[in-house]
Amino acid sequence: MAVKVVMPQLGESVTEGTVVRWIKKVGERVEKYEPLLEVMTDKVNAEVPAPATGVLLEILVPEGETVPVGRELAVIAEVGAEAETAPPSLAAPERPARPEPASVGVDVVQQRSSPIVRRLVQEYGIDLSEIRGTGIGGRVTKEDVLRYVAERQRAAAAVKETPPAEAPPPAGPDEEVIPVSPMRRQIAQHMVRSYQTIPHAWLAMEADVTRLVRLREATKDEFRRREGIDLTYLPFVVKAAVEALKEYPVLNSVWAEDKIIIKKRINIGIAVALEDGLIVPVIKEADQKSIAGLARAIADLVDRARSGRLTLDDVQGGTFTVNNTGALGSVISRPIINEPQVGILTSEAIVKRPVVVDDAIAIRSVMFLCLSFDHRVIDGLTASRFLQAVKRRLEAFDERTSVY
Amino acid sequence: MAVKTLIEAIRDALAEEMRRDPAVIVLGEDVGYRGGVFRATEGLIQEFGEERVIDTPLAESGIVGVAIGAALNGFRPVAEIQFADFIAPAIDQIVNEAARMRYRSAGEWWCPLVIRAPFGGGIHGGLYHSQSVEAYFTHVPGLKVVVPSNPYDAKGLLKAAIRDDDPVLYFEHKKAYRLVKGEVPEGDYIVPIGSAKIARPGRHLTVIAYGLMTTYAIEAAERAAAEGIDVEVVDLLTLYPPDKATILESVKKTSRALVVYEDNLTGGFGAEIAAIIAEEAFPYLDAPVMRLAGPDVPAMPYAAPLEEAFMPNPEKILTKIRELAAY
Amino acid sequence: MLKDQILTETYTPPGRHREVGLSDEQVIDMYRKMVLARAIDERVWTLGRLGKVHFVLTSAGHEAAQVGAAFALRPGYDWVLPYYRDMALVLTLGLTPYEIMANFLGRRDDPCSRGRQMPVHWSARRLNIVSGSSPVGTQVPHAAGIGLACKLRREDRVTFVSFGEGATSTGDWHEGMNFAGIHQLPVIFFCENNGYAISVPYRKQVACNSVADRAAGYRMPGITVDGMDPIATYAAVKAAVDRARSGGGPTLIEARCYRFTPHSSADDDRTYRPRDEVEAWRRRDPIVLFKNYLAASGLLDDDLDRRIQAQVRAEVDEATDRAEACPYPDISELYTHVYGS
Repeated sequence: MAVKVVMPQLGESVTEGTVVRWIKKVGERVEKYEPLLEVMTDKVNAEVPAPATGVLLEILVPEGETVPVGRELAVIAEVGAEAETAPPSLAAPERPARPEPASVGVDVVQQRSSPIVRRLVQEYGIDLSEIRGTGIGGRVTKEDVLRYVAERQRAAAAVKETPPAEAPPPAGPDEEVIPVSPMRRQIAQHMVRSYQTIPHAWLAMEADVTRLVRLREATKDEFRRREGIDLTYLPFVVKAAVEALKEYPVLNSVWAEDKIIIKKRINIGIAVALEDGLIVPVIKEADQKSIAGLARAIADLVDRARSGRLTLDDVQGGTFTVNNTGALGSVISRPIINEPQVGILTSEAIVKRPVVVDDAIAIRSVMFLCLSFDHRVIDGLTASRFLQAVKRRLEAFDERTSVY
Repeated sequence: MAVKTLIEAIRDALAEEMRRDPAVIVLGEDVGYRGGVFRATEGLIQEFGEERVIDTPLAESGIVGVAIGAALNGFRPVAEIQFADFIAPAIDQIVNEAARMRYRSAGEWWCPLVIRAPFGGGIHGGLYHSQSVEAYFTHVPGLKVVVPSNPYDAKGLLKAAIRDDDPVLYFEHKKAYRLVKGEVPEGDYIVPIGSAKIARPGRHLTVIAYGLMTTYAIEAAERAAAEGIDVEVVDLLTLYPPDKATILESVKKTSRALVVYEDNLTGGFGAEIAAIIAEEAFPYLDAPVMRLAGPDVPAMPYAAPLEEAFMPNPEKILTKIRELAAY
Repeated sequence: MLKDQILTETYTPPGRHREVGLSDEQVIDMYRKMVLARAIDERVWTLGRLGKVHFVLTSAGHEAAQVGAAFALRPGYDWVLPYYRDMALVLTLGLTPYEIMANFLGRRDDPCSRGRQMPVHWSARRLNIVSGSSPVGTQVPHAAGIGLACKLRREDRVTFVSFGEGATSTGDWHEGMNFAGIHQLPVIFFCENNGYAISVPYRKQVACNSVADRAAGYRMPGITVDGMDPIATYAAVKAAVDRARSGGGPTLIEARCYRFTPHSSADDDRTYRPRDEVEAWRRRDPIVLFKNYLAASGLLDDDLDRRIQAQVRAEVDEATDRAEACPYPDISELYTHVYGS
């Protein structure tokens, strides 16, 4: 076995040594501990002993040369004596991986926003510029954020406008300032988010609902008497939409970057216009309801919406939205998708119009159906087919249709 | 329950421990018939005799060295350094010997030793009877450093220190000796070393303090309450090793931290607390971690207005609280 | 060179050991311990030159003083606070060659500190050898405190603390001596005066003619003894031990000897000690002198000596091999024994 002879460290802070004289020559036999060479350092001169018994095989550093501590000086071929047990190597301690610097918050909007403030606005999804700061120099403090959040939550739960918490800044002479209510703010944020993240595409089709009109005319009084509520066109539209969604479930889904999650439950949001805003309560599992059931659900939701009695559950969980813009007189509209849904359907006003039927002019009741859809999820083909399906079913409602 | 001063509570703890355990001995300058220059050991030599209450030569290093020897050989010495200002000659014995005995012998030898010393200013002590010296010791693994603020904790902590198998430095604020009074239960109880306490709960802002500064911080907090600032006061009690959990829990709640200490600002122990908070409670902070401490001058002068300018007091603490609250 | 340094040529008369209460077996054992200590000494220097031991400091030249003193103590009963040069002392008290090698190599089986301290910081609870540090002299007040505890318990254990003459300049040394003298504690203060504290010679270290003179300031007897003569040293320490055991108080003993090596492997003594001075002392090697004494006393012949030398060599080889094979302490040990609880 070949044994290395290395330059030893001959004192604290000694880093190198000079070979002064080789006491043994190449080929000579050496005994363990016998002096092998003379070495000189700036602190100590010494004879370096042989670490093993054998024959000096090779001299690697000649006399007069200076080498650092640990450098190989010679090689001994061990002969006869037992191989010297090497000392157990001191395992180098595992260098702990350099910790990654904590990722810096991405959403620093304002200077002087403290860590806790940044964290809170991120958690609650607030735009920092919305909050008025009471700290030094207008800094937004933790208290300011928490106060804002509490207010917003109160507003969402109550679902009625609350008077603005703070007095509005004074208006200039040529302007009137309307303070933004929490609902308005929420609507604004929602709309912005929807419009900014979803590539909206839009499609419109015209449905001939003459027979539906006749159906409703024929049944509305009886319905009113029996159910205590009005039978509008909306339940029919929702019914048609729901059936179409069953046929084209991709319209009842959510975009999730690397996947599209199709929702199995069909929860239809109904846009309800309020005096100074809008709210979209949801008919849960609308596909399980008959037209009458839908009518009842709609009436209930609208009534509670208008009287401020909707619960949080009423406004959550929608998978598709229907907006009866026609009730307000619109004949064509371009709705904004209620994100994170992927489609929104409007039923426009039913108007009597001359149309061509079998190459003859006829007066028919027509209604435009408009669909805004998320072009990431749905292409024109599917959107068209879906809207065709809605149109087809609406056009199929006639006197034989039972609302139950 | 009896109301006692800080010094009475300390004396009670010593006497009770000496009665409970014959291995407890007291040594230091003037601890015997004089009863200690602050009378902390009054009555002990009469009850326990000269062998257990030893008047030593004027030799701080030797006092601690002899105490170490006695501790190695089965006794539980409570050594007194007459004023913390005179502890410097003993630093070698404390830091190189007592603190490292267990570690360097891989657990074969250890020092169950307490070193008591009055510290702190506000009593016209000048440069050499007013110093805070805890910072020399609060970064030596192997030592424990304890600073009671009130009689209840003083008695319980001293008992815990005497029973501890490791060397404990026990610093008593000399101004608080007779100034701070409180209810102290009769009989035996322990306040464990290593736990900070909430001396006053609050919501808006945390003040961390020790020694006389705890009393002052509480006073400032009461005044701040009238201004609508609800201050939580954390009394460190054990400086080293520090109770990080209690400190961080409080700061995470309030998001604002003020560390108050009488020692010089730079490198004083409160600086370490501030560093811990800044590093480990950063996401919860609503304002920078602030410190209020003695100025960076060689010591507290004798002349009254200069001494007052040096010492933190409730008024200065309140001003700083306001500043932090308004940030 | 010390003005009054004793240069021993030989010990006379033969057989003297019996007068001081040592048996023939004991003195042969003393000799064996001295030879063993020197053999370990030389091996450790060799290992140092091989780069395996990073710090070498041995007792070459002090063997007589240390072995003689150790024989006057009860190992494991009396308390001992050695200093760094006391390898022969702790060997005689009961530390094994293997343990000493493990100490030099910083291995796990090092009984003194499991590799935490630099070598020669002796400690062994089983032998009542108290752990010491590098700051010189700090062990002296400890000895006083340990002696105080023995006295409070009315025990007949004595405390033996040793140091070089350099330590007698430290404040701690004087504070410890003073305390022991005031309370007349059962402590033997043993100074191995070899004339040099690293390179600082005696005349620049001690303001007295002899270290023993210092005792007068501390209400205890001060004795100077020939530290190259194990019998003389034994007699002096035995007298002090007997006095202490019977309540007679402390003693300061100054054993004059000479250091044959540089202070340590980090020292080059050629810069401050003339070679002829070193050679003069080497010619009076205490081991050679004692061998001559034993021969003159009819207790040691060449045959026995050869056998002793061979046994010692074998012991040292075995200790070296075993210690080199011993693992280092595990990294997790870095964090243990900071506190008790």
